[in-house]
Amino acid sequence: MSDEDPTPQRATTTDGFKVLGVAIRREWAVFTLSALGSALFGALTVADAWVLGWSTDHVLVPALRDGEIGAGWLWAVVGLFVGVAILRAVGVVARRLGAGVMQYRMQAHSRRAVTRQYLALPLAWHHRHPTGQLLSNANSDVEASWAPIAPLPMAVGTLAMMVIAIGQMFWTDVVLASVAILVFPAVVVANLVFQHFSSPLMTRAQQLRAELSGIAHESFDGALVVKTLGREPEETTRFRDKAQELRDVNIRAGRIRAAFDPILASLPNVGVLAVLAVGVGRVSSGAAAPGDVVQIAFLLTIVAFPIRSFGWLLGEFPRSVVGYRRVQRVLNATGRLTYGKARTSRETTGARLRVDGISYAYADGPTLLDGVDFEVEPGRTVAIVGETASGKSTLTMLLARLVDPEKGRITLDGTDLRDLDAGEWARVAALVPQTAFVFDDSVRGNVTLGADVTDDEVWSALKAAQADGFVTALPNGLDTTLGERGASLSGGQRQRLALARALVRRPRLLILDDATSAVDPEVEQRILAALRSSASSGELRDGANDTSLVVVAYRKATIALADEVVHLEGGRVLDRGTHTELLARDESYARLVNAYETPEVV
Amino acid sequence: MTAILEPETRVGSGEDLGAIETIRRGIKHSPELVEGIRGTMALAVLASVGQVVVPVVVQQTLDNGLSGTGGPDLGYVLRAGLIALVAIAVTGWASFMMTSRLFTAAERGLSTLRTKAFRHVHDLPMLTQSTEHRGALVSRVTSDVDQVSQFIVFGGLLFIVSIGQMLIATVVMVVYSWQLAILVWLCFGPLFLSLRFFQRKLSAAYTLSRRQVAKMLSAVSEPVVGAAVVKAYAVEDRTQERIDREIHATSAAQIKAQAYTSVFFSLGGLSGGLANAGVIVGGVSLALAYRGTGGELSVGEILAFAFLVTLFVGPVQMGTQILTDAQNAIASWRRTIGILDTPADLVDPGPSGVVLPRGPLSIEFDAVTFAYPGGRPVLHDISFEIAPGRRVAVVGETGSGKSTIAKLLTRVMDITHGQVRLDGVDVREVGNVSLRTSVVLVPQEGFLFDSTLAENVRYGRLSATDEEIVEAARVLGLGDWLAGLPDGVRTNVGQRGESLSAGERQLVALLRAQLADPDLLVLDEATSAVDPRLEMRINRALERLMSGRTSVTIAHRLSTAEAADEVLVIDAGRLAQRGPHADLVAQAGSTYARLHSSWVAQQGS
Repeated sequence: MSDEDPTPQRATTTDGFKVLGVAIRREWAVFTLSALGSALFGALTVADAWVLGWSTDHVLVPALRDGEIGAGWLWAVVGLFVGVAILRAVGVVARRLGAGVMQYRMQAHSRRAVTRQYLALPLAWHHRHPTGQLLSNANSDVEASWAPIAPLPMAVGTLAMMVIAIGQMFWTDVVLASVAILVFPAVVVANLVFQHFSSPLMTRAQQLRAELSGIAHESFDGALVVKTLGREPEETTRFRDKAQELRDVNIRAGRIRAAFDPILASLPNVGVLAVLAVGVGRVSSGAAAPGDVVQIAFLLTIVAFPIRSFGWLLGEFPRSVVGYRRVQRVLNATGRLTYGKARTSRETTGARLRVDGISYAYADGPTLLDGVDFEVEPGRTVAIVGETASGKSTLTMLLARLVDPEKGRITLDGTDLRDLDAGEWARVAALVPQTAFVFDDSVRGNVTLGADVTDDEVWSALKAAQADGFVTALPNGLDTTLGERGASLSGGQRQRLALARALVRRPRLLILDDATSAVDPEVEQRILAALRSSASSGELRDGANDTSLVVVAYRKATIALADEVVHLEGGRVLDRGTHTELLARDESYARLVNAYETPEVV
Repeated sequence: MTAILEPETRVGSGEDLGAIETIRRGIKHSPELVEGIRGTMALAVLASVGQVVVPVVVQQTLDNGLSGTGGPDLGYVLRAGLIALVAIAVTGWASFMMTSRLFTAAERGLSTLRTKAFRHVHDLPMLTQSTEHRGALVSRVTSDVDQVSQFIVFGGLLFIVSIGQMLIATVVMVVYSWQLAILVWLCFGPLFLSLRFFQRKLSAAYTLSRRQVAKMLSAVSEPVVGAAVVKAYAVEDRTQERIDREIHATSAAQIKAQAYTSVFFSLGGLSGGLANAGVIVGGVSLALAYRGTGGELSVGEILAFAFLVTLFVGPVQMGTQILTDAQNAIASWRRTIGILDTPADLVDPGPSGVVLPRGPLSIEFDAVTFAYPGGRPVLHDISFEIAPGRRVAVVGETGSGKSTIAKLLTRVMDITHGQVRLDGVDVREVGNVSLRTSVVLVPQEGFLFDSTLAENVRYGRLSATDEEIVEAARVLGLGDWLAGLPDGVRTNVGQRGESLSAGERQLVALLRAQLADPDLLVLDEATSAVDPRLEMRINRALERLMSGRTSVTIAHRLSTAEAADEVLVIDAGRLAQRGPHADLVAQAGSTYARLHSSWVAQQGS
């Protein structure tokens, strides 16, 4: 199944109603409540006119005619008006609040489902989709999907009101009603014409907004370059040009709106005048009573305005359908890592890992690893060395079982990783990836990730990762919240924190994927020294023996720490052995690791 | 750098601006907003008069033409209908003109505002820029401005028209009966009095909901951006719990804000019902009280009054809706104005700025002290001179203050005490254009824009042709690398240059510097490890780039220091040693000797 963009399907009105149907089924109680509220509001708007008529006939006219009126009648007027107003207010609250509750709940449902899916789908799936796309699936696509819910109850109420009003009009006078209802198609046509002219401009404006935001994002990201090369005027011109293009489109869209708004607002009035013109004739000929004309004119005014809520509803459909389809594509994605029943031994010695002829390729992509073999003995350090794109990072992903090999197998103490129960492997192995990820949480939360660990253990992990210094300097120490993706920390600090996260778990296998690349070489040196001494002395795991270590590295100092080096080239193991052995017999290896120290100064 | 900063060095939030003050300042920054405002206001008055007159005329026609004393009067209906049509046409025209003018003024004014704010962000000191998330800065010049524009064109004038309509309806009511007019206003009294209360509640509820949405989106991004960590550490459950908590808190906050809005909105109709009852009861009472005096109200007049109440309720409801939207718009406007209120303290001396002569520059640091605002000094009383054409490396441990020297030399920050002189001139007196032409910084990570390689290199020299770029690459020994790229100089580098490797991005940054052809080159050496072969290329290109210029390299590798003419050793913000590598290494027990021995150990066997 390809989960890339399918051929863009047209979003029909039927599709829009189908999406709404999903929401109505899911939140039918709230929907019913808000639709009833809206209907109540509509009915009481009509009732208001009825109360006025009743008051005129039974209170106003007799009082002014007779010169007196009982207080009871006056109280009845107050009671009726206020009663209707209160019920109508209840209707408004039910309609608006109901629409809000329904919309926000549906957003929450979708976001919960999408994030569950993100957590369940394997990393290979994540790699096939750009991060930005996955984020907007959970954010703007979810919002767009449920946007038509906002005007929905109003539209349902209006529909009820229209049916009642039109029925009443025809009951009153068929000829006048026929004239009056001409307003409805006129409103619909005016709306359609308006949409026809304005929607291309709206789409264009939306696109320009995205482009403008892209320019600002990039320009602010590159602020140092812009500032130090004095390119502020050029950058400002680039931004201004786009801003002015957006401005001009908005002004054009504004003119169209300016023209249509008064037309739509005047249609009911024109309709009333038409009813009146025909009505005069009918009243003169005795075919209708003046009251009939007044009533039809009144019904027309109250229904004509809310008709526009259909326009708002239908206007949201295209965006909604597109957003819903994108969200569904995530929810329908398949693929899971499978787990066995095996448990890991509760041993505390370093892990014994065998990598046995593993191959891996991206779905219909190039082969990244091809028949890789090596072993990691308990407590030993293996360095993975190779040029860019030789398959090093892919290998660490397989070792951490973020993806499974296509061929071959990886075993821990003889058990295939795929036969282990869910969560078992994570208890044994800890991966520190190249780009350190920091959660929007406290320092403590970032290190423990919820595991039951004392502060002393957190501090000793931070210390081993050379992170205790900067954490102590943070305003609230371990309790300092780091903000989204740890934006307040430098790259090197983030990496050290990620390392502490791995160390605090006392892993039997530690996998470092170039995990100290942004750390100053001297600091890196101290980290590696600490790792090595604590690994061999067992400090790292509280008296337990040796942690096994797999390190992807560029720096010679790091490589030199390893008991064995695996030299990867083009996804294959070119050679294995100690650093000294490889230096002596593997020419391309020697060139690779020595390049650092012997720059060909010309 | 995680220095905790004083408020005045942060990007202003504008939070302490009152609503009226915000609007006043906003108009000052976008004068186009009030261009031709008199004409627009006149049209607005016309449109609001029309909003009242049209229904009144229609109502009159209905009353007098149909139920008049002489029975249905076709002539009257046609005449009055014609008047009504004319009134509709005039109102429509006024409303069209008003809205178009408003759109034009608002869009022009806000496009100016966002461009100004964008430029101002670039004029802020580096330090201030770094106090705000990039995304937040971006939204201040994009979506925040959109919010304001939406509000002005859909809410702002409608609000004025609504108030105008209320006033005109009031005037007409007073003409019919001042007592009943007062009564109607009394019925709306509680609503008007509760405005401030609701405004505060709504503002608080929306602020909370906006913050909560931001937190929720941050939590939702974790399983995507941090997918590898979440899976490798098997913390899916904990991550989901955190997300669910934020999602729940978000919908709760949104629903609460919606509840306030709904209740607030329903008050207009409630007051309207009360007013209707008041008009009938009050009208009857007045009619009975004045009975026989000739000044009493007729049935028709009382009914007309009830009709005026409906004309009054409409704008009140519209007004409450607009006030709700106004909370968001004013908050957005504040955030954008907040940028412009942040001092840009790197002031260009303007026309009086000195123009540096071309050719390698000399550098003097004269008793330079620098402290981040509110922090302890990072550099203490540093003095040194560098002769033109020298190649200098600055070394020191992390946090010693060596990177600060680069920032002061390129004037992305200004010093606290002392002087930094280039060719004998204080950097603060050098004109901005001259400074940026003569001094070029190659930062640690070469930032690339989403465009072609050539376009990126042209940030160094705008007029450079493709041929000149190829030639510059050849000079730096990068000719074969450039030729090996799929489309040569036309190769698209992707977002942030992601189609290239980290090392290749550095090469582009060097090429950019070569075209800029500076007289002083300041290099902040990259710390991240790259493919050793590429590293070699970078070193060779650097070597060629530095020849014939004064250069200062903030060195993280001692091999760089070894190759320099002279080394400056910074220790805890002070100049500890200076001299050629060989001399410094020989000073046993010195800072440099210590750094050197640890570096040697690190190089391993």
